Amino acid sequence: MIDSNTVLTGQTLAYTFYVLAIMSLMGWFAFKVTREGKSNVVKPALFYSWVIFLIALGVSIHIVTYNTIPWSPIDLNRREIKADRVFDITVSDHKFHLPAEKLTIQCHEKVMFNVTSADLTYGFGLFRHDNSMVFQMQVVPGHLNDILWQFDKPGVYSIRSTEYSGPKGVDMIEKDVVEVVGCETSAN
Amino acid sequence: MSFLQTILNGEQGAFKSKSLTPMQKLTLRFVVVGLVYYGFAVIEGMIMRLYEVSPVPGIEPKQFFAIMTAHPLVGIFGSTYSIVFGAFLFLVPFLMKKPLWSIKLGNWTFLLLAFGTLIFWSAGFFSHYAPLYTLYWPLPADFTQFSPLGGAFFILGIALVMVGTLFFVVNIFKTIVYTPEGWEKQPACKLIGSALGVSGMRNLFSKNKKEHLVSLPVAAIARGTVDVALNAGIILFTGVLILVYMVAALMGHDLKHSAIDALLYKNWFWWGLDLVADGLVLIFVAGTWYLLATLITGKKLFMENFARAALLVELIVSWTVWSHHLMSDQAQPGILKVVSGEMVTAFELITQGLAFFITLVTLWSARPLKMTNPLKFLLGGLLGFALAVPAGIMQADLGLNRILHNTQWIIGPHVHVAILVGLTMTLYSAIYFLFPILTNGAKLYSQKLANFHFWAHLLGGIGMGAFMGMAGLKGMLRRSLYLNGEFNVYMILAALAGSLLLFAFLAFFYNIVMSVGLNGVIGIFRPAETKTKDLLPAEK
Repeated sequence: MIDSNTVLTGQTLAYTFYVLAIMSLMGWFAFKVTREGKSNVVKPALFYSWVIFLIALGVSIHIVTYNTIPWSPIDLNRREIKADRVFDITVSDHKFHLPAEKLTIQCHEKVMFNVTSADLTYGFGLFRHDNSMVFQMQVVPGHLNDILWQFDKPGVYSIRSTEYSGPKGVDMIEKDVVEVVGCETSAN
Repeated sequence: MSFLQTILNGEQGAFKSKSLTPMQKLTLRFVVVGLVYYGFAVIEGMIMRLYEVSPVPGIEPKQFFAIMTAHPLVGIFGSTYSIVFGAFLFLVPFLMKKPLWSIKLGNWTFLLLAFGTLIFWSAGFFSHYAPLYTLYWPLPADFTQFSPLGGAFFILGIALVMVGTLFFVVNIFKTIVYTPEGWEKQPACKLIGSALGVSGMRNLFSKNKKEHLVSLPVAAIARGTVDVALNAGIILFTGVLILVYMVAALMGHDLKHSAIDALLYKNWFWWGLDLVADGLVLIFVAGTWYLLATLITGKKLFMENFARAALLVELIVSWTVWSHHLMSDQAQPGILKVVSGEMVTAFELITQGLAFFITLVTLWSARPLKMTNPLKFLLGGLLGFALAVPAGIMQADLGLNRILHNTQWIIGPHVHVAILVGLTMTLYSAIYFLFPILTNGAKLYSQKLANFHFWAHLLGGIGMGAFMGMAGLKGMLRRSLYLNGEFNVYMILAALAGSLLLFAFLAFFYNIVMSVGLNGVIGIFRPAETKTKDLLPAEK
C-alpha cells in the first residue's frame, strides 16, 4: 500500500501549484482592473463553461482519490475484508490499554485496530519517529471504532490521541509500541 | 492640527458625533465593540502562537486551553457577529428604503452580544473552563478537569449572545415585511417569498417572470439569517443540555456516561455548527461581495439570477453538509460520509466558485477602477476564500481526511485563512466603504496606515495559515501541545506571520481612533440627540 507520506507529498505539490496560480491570477486581476481595457464585456458562455468546470472538478476530485488512495476503498469495505491480525485496544481515564507491551506486525499484513473508550471521546493515531502521521481515527465511547491498515514498510510507530480530551489528553502518547517487521525480503 | 487635537477631535475635526442619527450610533457601537473583541481574539491568538513555540511563563496548559476555547467564540460572536449584525441592521433598511423595524430591539441585540461575550470570556479566563473547542463537548462530561460553576457561567454568556442573536433575526425579518407608518400596505408574504427565494424558484418554471421584490443583498441577508436562527436554536438547546450535566454535578450527582449517545451528539453539534461555518458565513460573504461589487462599480451584478439561485443552493447545502466533520468517526455510516461529507461539500466549491466569478466579472465590467481601500480589501477577501475553500474540499475527502483530520492543516490553511483573510478582509472592505456614510463624512487619518493595514493583514493571514498547514502536513495536531520543540521551525514562522496580523490591527485601530478622535468614540456611546428613525441625517 502507498505510504501516507507519498499521498501528502502529492497533495502538497497540487495545493502549492494551485496557490501560486490563484495568487498570480488575483495579482494580475488587481493590476488590470485599474487599467483601460479593450472590452469590459464577459460573455455568458464563459460563465457557463466555468460552472461546468466547477461541477466536473467537484465530482472528479473524490473519484480520483478513491481510485488512487488505497485506504479509501479498504476503509469503506473494511467489514468485508478479512484482517490478518486484530488488536483490541481500550482507552479510559486518558490512558491507552494495549493487548501487549509491543504490537508486532508482519510486513504486508492487514491489521485491524479495534479501539473502544470507556469514558470520553479520544483519538487514535499512529505516528512515525519524525512525528508525521500514518493514520488516525476518532474514538467515540459507546461505539466500535475500527480501522484496517496494511503495513508494507518496516518501522516503529507511536500511538497518540488525536482528539482533545482536556489538558490531560496532551500526555496520551504510547511511544514506539507498534513495530512492523519482516520487510527485508520483500520488494519494498 | 496638532497631534493632541487630532487624537481628541479626529482628523480635521470632521467627525461630529452629535450629528449622528440613532441608527448610525447603533451601527457604530456594534462596529467599535466588534473591533475591540477582534483585538481580544488577535491577542489571544498571539499568546497561543507563542505558546506553541515555547510555553509562556505564568500560563499553565489549562489556561492555554481555556484561551483556545474562548478564542474562536470571542472572534465569531463578540467580533464577527457584532460587526455583521450592526452592518446588516443598517443595510437592510438602507437597501429597502424604510426604517429599521425596531431600534430598541437592535440596541438589545448590541447589549446582549457585548455583555454575553464578556461573561463567557471571563468564565474561561477565571475558571479555565476548556471542555472542548467551540462548545464542542462530546458528552459525557468530565468534571474532574473542569469546574461546573465556571462552565455554567460560560453557558450563560453564550445563551445571552444567542438571545441577542434571535432578536436580530426577528428585527431583520420584521424590517423586510412590515409596513412603516403612513406607507401603503406592504405585501408581507410576497416580500418574504422573494427574500427566501420562493418567487425566484417559481420564476424558473413560469412563463410570466415576476420582478424580485427585494434586492439581491437583502435576499442574501435573509437566507443567511435563516441559518443564524437555526444555529441559535441548536446552541441554546445544546447549552441547556450541558447545563443539565453541570447542575447535576454541582448538586453532587454524576449523570451516567452513556446517557446521551456520543456519536448522535456529535452529529447534532456539527449539524448546528455548520449552519455557521458552511452556511451563514458563506451566504453573508457572497451577499456582501455582490453588494460591494455593485456599489464600487455602480453596475448591475453579472448573472444576477444565477447568483440568487446559488445563494438558495448554498442555504440547502448548509443543512446537509455536516458529515464532513465526521469522516474519521468509524461508526458514522459510510453513506453519510460519501454523500454529505464528500459530495454535498463539493457543492461549496461550486457555489463559492460562482460567487467568486460573478464578483470579479462585475468589477471587470467597470474598468478602469481606482484601487480604493474597499476594492483592495474586497480582492483580499476573494483571494482568502479562493485559498481556503479548496483546502476544505481536500480535507473533506475520505482518503485525505484520514491523514489531515485534527491536524494544523484544518485550522491553518482552511479555517484561519477563511476567517482572517476571506471573511475579515471582506468585513474590512465593508467598513472602509461605510465609514464615510456612517460618520457623516469623517476623514480617514492616514492612507499610508490603511495601506500597511492591507498588506500586513494579507501577508500575515496567508503566511500564518501556510506555516500552520506545513506543520499539519508533517503531522502536527491541533488542540495539542508539543513541549520539545518538535515543530518549532513552522511555529516560529507562524508566530512571525501572526505578529503581522497584530500590527495590522493596531495600525487600523489607531487610524480609526485618529480619524474620529477619542471624543468622537465616546460620543458614539452617548444617547443620540435626535429621535429620528431615519438612517441618515436629513440634508440641510
